[in-house]
Amino acid sequence: MFDLPLHTQNIMLIILGVLILGTISRFPIRKRVTSKSYDELKKRTQSWWWMIALLFGAIILGSSSTIFFFGFISFLALKEFLSITPVRLEDRKVIFWLYLAIPFQYYWLHEGWYGMFIIFIPVYIFLFIPARMILIGKTEGFIRSAGIMHWAVMLTVFCISHLAYLMVLPVKNELAGSAGLILYLLILTQGNDVAQFVWGKLLGKHKIIPRVSPGKTWEGFLGGVITVSVISAYLGPYLTPLTMQESLISGALISLAGFFGDLVISAVKRDLHIKDTGNLIPGHGGLLDRLDSLIYTSPLFFHYLYYLHY
Amino acid sequence: MNKILKILFFGLIIKPLTLVILGLNIRGRKNLPKHGPAIIAANHNSHLDTMVLMGIYPISQVHRIRPVAAADYFFKNKFLKWFALNIVGIIPLERHARKRKEDLFAGCKSALENGDILILYPEGSRGDAGKMSELKKGIFHISKLVENTAVTPVVMNGLNKALPKGEALFVPFNCDVIIGEKVYSGDSADQFVRDLKQDFDKLFEKCLTYHD
Repeated sequence: MFDLPLHTQNIMLIILGVLILGTISRFPIRKRVTSKSYDELKKRTQSWWWMIALLFGAIILGSSSTIFFFGFISFLALKEFLSITPVRLEDRKVIFWLYLAIPFQYYWLHEGWYGMFIIFIPVYIFLFIPARMILIGKTEGFIRSAGIMHWAVMLTVFCISHLAYLMVLPVKNELAGSAGLILYLLILTQGNDVAQFVWGKLLGKHKIIPRVSPGKTWEGFLGGVITVSVISAYLGPYLTPLTMQESLISGALISLAGFFGDLVISAVKRDLHIKDTGNLIPGHGGLLDRLDSLIYTSPLFFHYLYYLHY
Repeated sequence: MNKILKILFFGLIIKPLTLVILGLNIRGRKNLPKHGPAIIAANHNSHLDTMVLMGIYPISQVHRIRPVAAADYFFKNKFLKWFALNIVGIIPLERHARKRKEDLFAGCKSALENGDILILYPEGSRGDAGKMSELKKGIFHISKLVENTAVTPVVMNGLNKALPKGEALFVPFNCDVIIGEKVYSGDSADQFVRDLKQDFDKLFEKCLTYHD
C-alpha cells in the first residue's frame, strides 16, 4: 500500500490490530467497572490512537517528517520540563536560546553530521548556558538554574534526538529499513512498562525503592527484564541489524534503562510535589509521563547498536 | 471585513499560539460560561491573559467574548485603538474619568444586555506574578448592571513567565488555566470582593505548579 519495507509494514499492521483489539475489549467490561475508571480507560485508548496515528503518519511520510516529528516532541517536552521546574524569571532569556537549539540539533542529525550531533548539546550548549546567564548578571540561584536548564536540554533534546538519528543511520536490514529501528525501540520500551507493571501486579512483593516509587517491585522488574529480552530476541533480527544473541542483550538493556528512566521522572515529580507533568495527553498526564522510559532507552540502545554495527 | 480579520487572527494566530506554542493545562473547562450575560473575572499578569481566555473559546463564539480594557492604555495610538476595538473587540473603560457610574459602564451594560461574556480583571491592572493586588469594586457594580449576571472566577498561572509586563520577548511555557464555579454578587460590594478573593486563592492551589 505505502512504500514501506515489508517488516516495518507488517509490524505497523500488528500494532493497529492490537489497538483495535484493545478498543473493542473495552466494551464488554463497561458494566463491570465504575463509570469514572471506564472514562479513564476510554481516554487512554483514544490517546493511544492519536499517538500511533501521528507516529505512523510521520513514518509513512518519510525520514524528514519523522525527524521533524521528534523535533516537535523535543520542543513540547522541553517546554513541559521548564514549566514545572522552578527556574528564575530572568532565566527566560536563556530558555529562549534553548528552544532555538532544537532546530539546530535536528538539523545536524538530518544532515547525518554525527560529530556535531553528539557534542552540540553536551559541549556547546553546556558552555553557552552559564555564559548567557552571566550577561544577565543575577548570581542568586545561579548554580541551580544552570543545572536545571542543562539537565532539561539533555533529557528532552539530546536524549530524544537519538531516536531520530536512527532514521539517518545507513540501512543494514533491508527488509526493515530505518523505521524498523524506531518501531523496535518504541515497542520494547512501552512493552517494558507494561510487562513490569503486569508482573508487579501478579507477583510483586519485595519493593525496590519505595521512597521513589512504591509500585516498583523486584518481581515486576525481573519479570519485565525476562519478558522484554525474550521478545527482543525474536523482534531484533526482524526489525534491526542485530543478531538473536545481540537482541537478547539489547532487550535486557532496554528493560533496565526503561526502569531507571521511569524512576528518574518519578523522582523529579516527587521533588516538585506534583502528580503529573502536565495534561497534554488525556488519560496519561503530561508528555514527560509518557516519554520517561524513552529518555533513557533511546541513547543507550542507539550507542549499543552503533558500537556493534556502525 | 473586520469580522473576517478577527476570525483569521484568532484561528490562525491566537489559537495555535496559545494551544500549541504556549500549551495550556486547563482545569474546570465545563465551568466556562457558554452564553451571557456573564462575567469572567481573572487575575492579570500579562497581555497574553486576554488572548488565552479568548483562545479557549470556539471560533464561532469568540465575537461574544468582550474584554473590558483601559481606554487610556489601548487608545495610545491609532493602530492599537483600531486593533483593540475591531479585532479583539474590547469594551473601553475610562479608568480615571470622573463620570457618573451609568455613563462609565454604558458599554458594559449594552454588551451584557446583548448576551455577551465580559472579561474583567478586578485587580484593575497587570500586577506582579504570584500575588494578587487588591480587588477593585468595579466588578460588583458591573455585575449589577443586568439581572442574573453570573461571575466566573478564573486563575491563570505561568503567563507572566511567557510574556511579563514590560517585556517584548515571548518565551513559551505551559500555563495553568483554572476555571472555578460561577457565583452571583450579593448586596454588599465589600463582601463580594472578599468572597471572590477567597475563590481566587482556592483556585491558585489547583495549579499544576504554583511556587510561592
